[in-house]
Amino acid sequence: MMISNDTALMAHLLRRAGFGATRNELEEYLALGYEGAVEALLHPSEPNNMPDDLIRRYHVEQSELRDLPGSAAYWMYRMVTTSCPLEEKTALFWHGLFATGYAKLNQARSLLNQVDMFRRSGMGSFEDLLVDLSKDPAMIVWLDNNENHGEAINENYGRELLELFSMGIGNYTEDDIKECSRAFTGWTLGNAEYMSIRAAKDSIWPYGRIAWHFDYRDEDHDDGEKTFLGETGNFNGEDIIAIIAKQESTAQFVATRLFQFFAADEITEFGDKAIQAMMATYFSSGYEIRDMLRTLFNSDYFKSEEARYARVKNPVEMVVGAIRMAGSYQNPALGIENVSRNMLFMGQGLLQPPTVEGWHEGSEWIDSGALVERVNFVAKELSNVKSPGVRSIIDRLEADADAGVLDPVGLADGCLDLLGPIEVSEATRFVLVEYAARQGDLDLKGHQQGDEAEQRVGNMLRLVAATREYQLA
Amino acid sequence: MTTNKREKSLIVIQLSGGNDYLNTIIPYSEGRYYDSRTTVNIPQDRVIPINDQLGFNPSMGPIKSLWDEGKVAVINGIGYEHPNRSHFRSMDIWHTAEPDTIGKEGWLGRAIRDIDPLGENVLTGINFGRGLPRALACPGVSVASVGDLATYGLFPDVQDEELRMFTLEAFSKMYGGAAGRDPVMDLLGQTGKDALLGADILRTAPGLYSSSVEYAPDALAQNVKSISQVFHANLGAKVLYTQHGPFDTHSGELLSHAKLWNEVAGAIGSLMEDLKEHDTEEDATILVFSEFGRRIKDNGSGSDHGSGGGAFLIGGAVNGGLFGEYPSLAEAEQIEGDLRSNNDFRSLYTNILEDWMGLDAAPIVNGQFEKFDVFKS
Repeated sequence: MMISNDTALMAHLLRRAGFGATRNELEEYLALGYEGAVEALLHPSEPNNMPDDLIRRYHVEQSELRDLPGSAAYWMYRMVTTSCPLEEKTALFWHGLFATGYAKLNQARSLLNQVDMFRRSGMGSFEDLLVDLSKDPAMIVWLDNNENHGEAINENYGRELLELFSMGIGNYTEDDIKECSRAFTGWTLGNAEYMSIRAAKDSIWPYGRIAWHFDYRDEDHDDGEKTFLGETGNFNGEDIIAIIAKQESTAQFVATRLFQFFAADEITEFGDKAIQAMMATYFSSGYEIRDMLRTLFNSDYFKSEEARYARVKNPVEMVVGAIRMAGSYQNPALGIENVSRNMLFMGQGLLQPPTVEGWHEGSEWIDSGALVERVNFVAKELSNVKSPGVRSIIDRLEADADAGVLDPVGLADGCLDLLGPIEVSEATRFVLVEYAARQGDLDLKGHQQGDEAEQRVGNMLRLVAATREYQLA
Repeated sequence: MTTNKREKSLIVIQLSGGNDYLNTIIPYSEGRYYDSRTTVNIPQDRVIPINDQLGFNPSMGPIKSLWDEGKVAVINGIGYEHPNRSHFRSMDIWHTAEPDTIGKEGWLGRAIRDIDPLGENVLTGINFGRGLPRALACPGVSVASVGDLATYGLFPDVQDEELRMFTLEAFSKMYGGAAGRDPVMDLLGQTGKDALLGADILRTAPGLYSSSVEYAPDALAQNVKSISQVFHANLGAKVLYTQHGPFDTHSGELLSHAKLWNEVAGAIGSLMEDLKEHDTEEDATILVFSEFGRRIKDNGSGSDHGSGGGAFLIGGAVNGGLFGEYPSLAEAEQIEGDLRSNNDFRSLYTNILEDWMGLDAAPIVNGQFEKFDVFKS
């Protein structure tokens, strides 16, 4: 079967800018043309995600959003049902980069508020995003900026802002960290002392978990003169961020991290051209993330063969991708917490990155324990012939086949096509065809839900989901 | 694969949720215990005495028998400075041996890396349960997570055995083939083969094992039985890990805590009997720990998050006895109404790593810590 290059390229774009796409979605995006699809993704409109009132009717724990499992599941619903996948993907990117975890906060709602902030500001100006981040209560507690006082600085946030969130190590001095920290004194949260005691004591009493809000305390701010990266003035936090934003190293950092999340784990010479172009866009657009992503998605590198399958799917992509493809969890269902727990089993618990460095992406996702979990989850999800998405695949296979009959090659190629299209090695394809051939031609005429003919499709989808290639985005 | 000289293994039972230490090792002659625990207490006449000050919870009968045989070391007042009362954070601290900053590697993950630096045995470390505890997580270290030994491996939901066999066979072919195409594809291929191999080897374990010991039907006892099967199959597993809970007894504690300890003590009793039957008592040591203890005062129905817990080391090679001072209940000694730990948990880790596993502990636990005398010399 010939797969058109347009379809393969669009599927590639949606694996990166989204969580993969069903054939129906793919056709909608194809109708817009490649650049039109990029624009649609870059401008999220109404996400049409599962409404809160519906969720809360089924999930008490997703009403208060105080504990971790319910809150992670709440975000899962959003990712599973959104029609603006890049919005969620970008939020996930920032969640991994500005990694803030439940462990220290005991405050899931504030974490979800942070994710909301990523939705709001995550594709805008990087400078504005850093200001929002510095005012984010979850971040303030996570990196102790509530302990950063005019009289006695706490460098935790100041250091990570420079090292992990913007320029990267080697581009500033220890003195710059101190001066940066001084500028962020007084950036705290309302009723900070009480709230931090509550966080440390993991206490939900007497009023449940109260969502935090930002508070600026002028009397606790060190308004003295500061010298930061060679510039001198009575800087406050916003001034420091303005200086950070104009650094070449910041452009390099943001472009590289976006590239590695959206394009490829490893940077080749060709890939570096895209990074250079993104850096140029960073400056020409006034630090706009949306424009950098546009540059990336429209680059020759991104559209090239080299960029295809150049990333190991992270567990969220594995899980959400399979669920969206299968069309399950479109309505509230108790299993959703279990689904988000499965991502943790694979090494990526939403709202609980292991450290402030976030997750180590790429090939570090792959170890034998995690691989078993990854394969088992997607294999089970995509082989379930009762799921609406799988039923739609079966219907398409029948419609595309000559008189509803598929030979082994047709069955293997058809499943590869409709789950992606996924391009696999000749060796892998040979095994898939051989597996299909065990039972000869498949006649789908008059198939009934769950009958043997349908189950044979389910078995083939299971095997495609278990390929090495499926592990890659 | 089978050697005569069995190497030493560590079996870890994690009590998740914060075990109430005051009701585990009970200071039953201390008036302040009954003053603080007006409801959630163990009456004097039900305590199993260790000496005239401390005693075991009445649900810990099998552990008391092992204590009488000198096989139980009780480490009192274990914890770390500046206790954190969040389950997640405190467990993280125990897992990474890093109380002050957010740690990156699990202490047992590091130990496994030191034991098997080239990753030659895919079963050096095994977790029994889903999801890897951070204690075992370390970049580059493969650890199998076995939810259920009977169905462990790929495609457990495929009921039809013939279909499952064909699917596994196809998987094996897809992950085999010549290396050198691409490093990530090679890594996936190798990992897929490791997973199949691990599953194949693990599935042989129950067949290599026979025992007259009957384990209870609860989840912990069944996981401990799996541990015994894998341990006795001589597959080179050095770290076998499982957890039990929830010990987060904010309410209805007396009933739930008794049930949990019945299960823990029962599973440990069965395992020790099993080891005795196989003449392997000297080859395995069991560590039991929890992320924190609980408040000194009860809340009328249960107890809230506290600090200063205890840990147990159990086995034929263990030097039985009480170690570390039991924290004082005197008000002046408390930290915000909690027991003050007086032993760093990394001391015990150092003991285990150096005296049991023969490893250099300092780089694993991030420093030098004074050891207890918990192993027979």
